[in-house]
Amino acid sequence: MKLAFSIAKRFLLSGKIQTIVIILGIAVGVSVQVFIGSLITGLQKSLVDKTIGSASQITITPQDATGYIVDYEQKIAVIEAATTEVTVATPTLSVNGSFVKSTQSEPTFLRGMQFPGANDIYGFQDKLTEGSLPNGTGQIILGSGLKDTLGLNVGDTITFESPTIQATTLEVVGFFDFNVLAINDTWAVATLATLQGILGIGDQVGQIEMQVKDVFAADQTDLQIMTALNDNTLTSVTWISQNAELLSGLQGQSISSLMIQIFVMVSVVLGISSVLAITVLQKSKQIGILKAMGITDKDASLVFLFEGLILGFFGAIGGVLLGLGLSYAFTTFALDANGNPVVPLFIDYKFIGLSALIAIAAATFASLIPARKSSKLSVIEVIRNA
Amino acid sequence: MPKTILELKNINKVYGEKSKFPTQVLFDINLAFEEGSFNSIIGQSGSGKSTLLNIIGTLDKATSGKVYIADKDTSTLSRSQLSVVRNNTIGFIFQFHYLLPEFTALENVLMPYRISKQPLSDETVKKAEELLAIVGLSRFKNNLAVNMSGGQQQRVAIARSLMNNPKIVLADEPTGNLDSDSTEQVYELLRKLNQTLGTTFIIITHDRHIAEKADRVIEIKDGRINLDIKKGLE
Repeated sequence: MKLAFSIAKRFLLSGKIQTIVIILGIAVGVSVQVFIGSLITGLQKSLVDKTIGSASQITITPQDATGYIVDYEQKIAVIEAATTEVTVATPTLSVNGSFVKSTQSEPTFLRGMQFPGANDIYGFQDKLTEGSLPNGTGQIILGSGLKDTLGLNVGDTITFESPTIQATTLEVVGFFDFNVLAINDTWAVATLATLQGILGIGDQVGQIEMQVKDVFAADQTDLQIMTALNDNTLTSVTWISQNAELLSGLQGQSISSLMIQIFVMVSVVLGISSVLAITVLQKSKQIGILKAMGITDKDASLVFLFEGLILGFFGAIGGVLLGLGLSYAFTTFALDANGNPVVPLFIDYKFIGLSALIAIAAATFASLIPARKSSKLSVIEVIRNA
Repeated sequence: MPKTILELKNINKVYGEKSKFPTQVLFDINLAFEEGSFNSIIGQSGSGKSTLLNIIGTLDKATSGKVYIADKDTSTLSRSQLSVVRNNTIGFIFQFHYLLPEFTALENVLMPYRISKQPLSDETVKKAEELLAIVGLSRFKNNLAVNMSGGQQQRVAIARSLMNNPKIVLADEPTGNLDSDSTEQVYELLRKLNQTLGTTFIIITHDRHIAEKADRVIEIKDGRINLDIKKGLE
């Protein structure tokens, strides 16, 4: 082993330029692997974050659409005890109605929320364009669309009307911008107590909204929660069931990324294999001499396996560095108008480590054919053809 | 009576056995070599002498017949067992296939020992250095083989062939591409080693002048032994 390794090392060192070119070839393959992997993962995370990051991922509602959830605090405690997957669970209450200003009437979706829990899901604090969050009864914040259509400013009052309840006057304390037209044009947010007061329902809520750590495991987490709650008056829905198309899009992206990575690896393997096969030809004289001196076929083949291993090892290291460098350059130079990276990359060290290991394994695997060739090489052929 | 170290019995070699026109290059060769003897094989090119040497060295297989090295029938040995026999018992000196160009002179001399997978000791390195001194190349021990002249390389190859104390050294035209001065030096060196170490030498040469310095001259002609002269018996 030691002998085969030292011969392999010497063979590689004796053709430095060729060795560097092969290592570069592997490195480029690995770097593409690392870069594409980080890019696709980053893209997915950012897409998930943008689409469902500011929304409820699991929502519990009463079976009866017109009913409410009582003892909601106790239920949240049960949820939090049942699983560590839930990052935030907060009660909400909503009602449809309209804002009326003189002759103008705008349909609205008025939501009552508990702060700061709701802030963890919707991030209102960061999305405020003016004013502050509601913290007293009768205060609301409105979407920027509503502000424009109703011509409101912080400190103004507005009347909320709904067919089943009494008209209520609310004080506008701020505006938010979600970058989503449907929300900006319709949403108004008050405290939970404000909405409970408007609806006259006491301390009850309409929904319990949650976010989870692993969004792709939301269905399993949901099952865990519903089992723990064991309450047949309640029902639940997850983001997955509401966004089947998004999920299939994300899965499609994962598969295409995997395909790209597999093909990159295949081309790396073919490249190494053919270059090493040529090396066997180049070194056939040396192998002939070694065999005449009594090196075993096994050691003669190990020389090339070690060459593959060494090339794979340095190629992988070079590739990881190059890949990280590319990723760094991409996040530094490819920026949007706000100075944020166009696609935030996600550097997953486990994935990078795995890519490096796969490259080393692939390089070693690629050297199997030349190793076999070297093992089969007959001294007499070499001597005769010299 | 000196012991027989190598024996060939009824060696035939046919190339392209399965082709339409098989060529037989060796015909029923029977030869025995005594331990410590200095033998030369001569013959015109194409006479079959190199093929014979390769068969003796277990690099090639006879179509029929047997090769006994130190009373061991080599036809019964596996490829890896043959590797061990070559490593322990035989030293090779080739005309063209000199050294491993990636290694230094000293490393080349040490290579047969490293192939035997014994731990490298200071003593072993010293022995290799001594062999290099015998062939007059102490100063060049750390030179890469590619940076040496043809004569120097061939002398390193001689030192290398002796590293594992082989019983037999097989040399195929060892001076084939050297000038006459170097040729003389190399033969004197081989002769000296034969006398001091008692190693059996079998040397192929086309130079009759050189061949005549051997204890025994065997001439191969058209794949048969044409002449076999032992000097001591003259």
